[in-house]
Amino acid sequence: MKANSSTQQKKTGADTIQRLMAFGALIILFVVFSLASPYFFTLSNVIGILVSTAVNGLLAIGVTFIIISGGIDLSVGTVMTLSAVMAAVTVRNWGMPNIFGVLAAVLTGTFAGAVNGLMVSKLKLPPFIATLGMLNVARGLSLVITDLSPIYFPLETGWNRIAMGSVLGTIIPGFDIPNGVLIMFGSALVAGLILSKTVIGRYAFAIGSNEEAARLSGLNIVLWKTAIYAVGGLFVGIGGVIIAARLNSAQPALGLGYELDAIAAAVIGGVSLSGGEGNILGTIIGAFIISTLTNGLRILSVPQEWQIVVTGLIILSAVYLDILRKKASAN
Amino acid sequence: MNDTLVLMEGIDKRFPGVQALKGCQFNLQRGEVHALVGENGAGKSTLMKILAGIYQVDGGTITFKGEQVTIPNPHTAQTMGISMVHQELNLMSHLTAAQNIFIGREPTKSFLIDENTQNNKTKEIFELMNLNLDPTMRVSKMTVAKQQMVEIAKALSFNADVLIFDEPSGALTDVETAELFRIIRQLKAEGTGIIYITHRMEELKEISDRITVLRDGLYVNTVNTRETSINEIINMMVGRVIYESSPEIPEERSQEIVLEVKNLSRGNELKDVSFQLMKGEILGFAGLIGAGRTETARAIFGADPVDSGEVFINGKPVHIKRPSDAVAHDIAYLSEDRKRYGLCLSLDLKTNIVLPIYQKLSSVLGWVKDKRAYTISKNIVDQLSIRTPSLEQKAKNLSGGNQQKVVVGKWLAKDADILIFDEPTRGIDVGAKQEIYSLLNELAAQGKSIIMISSELPEIIRMSHRVIVMCEGRVTGNLDYSEATQENIMKFATMRNGGNAKKSAQPS
Repeated sequence: MKANSSTQQKKTGADTIQRLMAFGALIILFVVFSLASPYFFTLSNVIGILVSTAVNGLLAIGVTFIIISGGIDLSVGTVMTLSAVMAAVTVRNWGMPNIFGVLAAVLTGTFAGAVNGLMVSKLKLPPFIATLGMLNVARGLSLVITDLSPIYFPLETGWNRIAMGSVLGTIIPGFDIPNGVLIMFGSALVAGLILSKTVIGRYAFAIGSNEEAARLSGLNIVLWKTAIYAVGGLFVGIGGVIIAARLNSAQPALGLGYELDAIAAAVIGGVSLSGGEGNILGTIIGAFIISTLTNGLRILSVPQEWQIVVTGLIILSAVYLDILRKKASAN
Repeated sequence: MNDTLVLMEGIDKRFPGVQALKGCQFNLQRGEVHALVGENGAGKSTLMKILAGIYQVDGGTITFKGEQVTIPNPHTAQTMGISMVHQELNLMSHLTAAQNIFIGREPTKSFLIDENTQNNKTKEIFELMNLNLDPTMRVSKMTVAKQQMVEIAKALSFNADVLIFDEPSGALTDVETAELFRIIRQLKAEGTGIIYITHRMEELKEISDRITVLRDGLYVNTVNTRETSINEIINMMVGRVIYESSPEIPEERSQEIVLEVKNLSRGNELKDVSFQLMKGEILGFAGLIGAGRTETARAIFGADPVDSGEVFINGKPVHIKRPSDAVAHDIAYLSEDRKRYGLCLSLDLKTNIVLPIYQKLSSVLGWVKDKRAYTISKNIVDQLSIRTPSLEQKAKNLSGGNQQKVVVGKWLAKDADILIFDEPTRGIDVGAKQEIYSLLNELAAQGKSIIMISSELPEIIRMSHRVIVMCEGRVTGNLDYSEATQENIMKFATMRNGGNAKKSAQPS
């Protein structure tokens, strides 16, 4: 009896630990880097990590919705760029206020997402192909619209402050966390609520878990998939706002490769590539793991090419640990 | 010289939630055709899959050629000389017939696959079978019957001592079946032991030497075919314990037509299917596998398109293009394959139950009222006495019977008026079957209209107020419960080409 209850305890204990694994990994990274370098755990460096997570975090949030519904989105990087370009065109070329620039970016992201969703659900293109097409379309459009050269936001628009200013710093002096970071956390909160508390979130899980069963339950798959991809695109559009603000410009050639970091963040955070599983908190932690790693390795003067190798190994071990976790919880 | 090829004793096999086999025995002699019969879910296929190394026993012993053996995987079974033709086709459709037959043991010539030898060897096997088929033809281009013949050719290619056929004739035409029997007789003469699983009573007399009957995972008896009548075998299969009751027919039967289907057609699968469903009625759909019953249900539900045909609900014509339209008209479809089509296995029970009504349970902006969802699913769980530790239990961790109840519960929560049950008791144990039966009766008594597709004749006869019989995509019979006997249903179910009931369908 006694032995029985202690094994029971051990099992639930192990389960909790494994669930917190991604978070634990992040803590360990912090401890290791802090011990290795006095420059790592400083306010300015931590803020640097937060800032560098913001864009990837937003893209990862977007892609999380889509992966949970059983799809994939390769276009998040270049759609982010297209959103940034549309914001720049609105603000600089058309001379409209910043708010319209933000709107233009968010609408662009949402629209591209909706188109992806329609291609996948209505035209039945495989998500990989549909979004690969969108990757190129968005990339090409960015280059066409900007005529291959970056568009800089005029300083007087204050566009830069959207991400790099600090509302928090003016309220609490000395606590200069940039707005971009707050926007990411705010978006994560909203995304988490959408995913766990609204119909669209439930249906993302249901479709990702068993699309045919969901269809036979009377769900309009075309409608809901389009909506899920559109919501994902909305967060990508916000990502476009942030990157344009960080660089104070729209760089049309940027964006390739961002999609892989976003997918990696989601996967490290426990989102299952076969759909039906995942959450936003995990994804955000995953994004932090990637940027912490990059930042720490750079501080330790590890050459950039080796940083890439390490990131790859981290992704592989994260997914393998997740497989072990599932095996353990199945027994 | 011992002539016993296979001896299985005290075989136990459990699946999560179901005891599939309990203390079963079976023996096979050299040069005999031993038929294995029983209702769906009796455990025939499970027993044979154990012999073929696909499943592992939980208890009992297997003796092969006098030695006690364990068969850990299909490959071992094949090298030992046990080969199985499966009920469901396991071919790779992008490969040719020859490539399928020699998969995993391709003849090679200096590290390259020797396609010529492979094709020639295949040709030889086809010739032995009197089968006119090109070995280089892709499987995807063949009819299902031809694919079945390729499966058989594959099993033959192992030169096995024991050949297991799991309902091979389901997809075959009469001519092909006759050819199959000729091959079986030839193999038998050569001393091969043949195990033949079938649902078709008429085939038993034609091909088998001995018959073993299983029922609900238990061994019933082994008899000599020549000394036993088909009726005795049916009695052994069905038993007299659980199927005694007759349908609960209300005293006054409603004449109100809830659903009317007119001339539903699609290609070769559905031909002019017409029928009516009354309020509060349980309408049984009987027929052999492939008769078009599931296709009819899916067409009505909008899951598959149709070429032509009309559907009326309460007298009004409706256009159902996709399942969401059907659900909007309060039609529910409970698929025969609940894991594939009925449940989101990785989601919890609560989410599965309220899935069709989430939109109703949400406020503006799509905010889900979780408490309502909880209350509703709690009520369903209590009402159907679904056995689960909590509402957060994932669907995949429930037993088959409880999973089926969750699917039923989903449509109760939706409050559908027309419920189409496709094989509602497939793969669930006897106790859970009883609960599903009383649930169906209760629903009918409440005024819900039910279509029940079932391949188990006793189930059809026990439950249905009226029976529609289908054969090859046509409605061939419409029987009232008083006329719905096994003999009658089988007569209509084998009425090929819309007429001329086969004589052999009548139990002798």
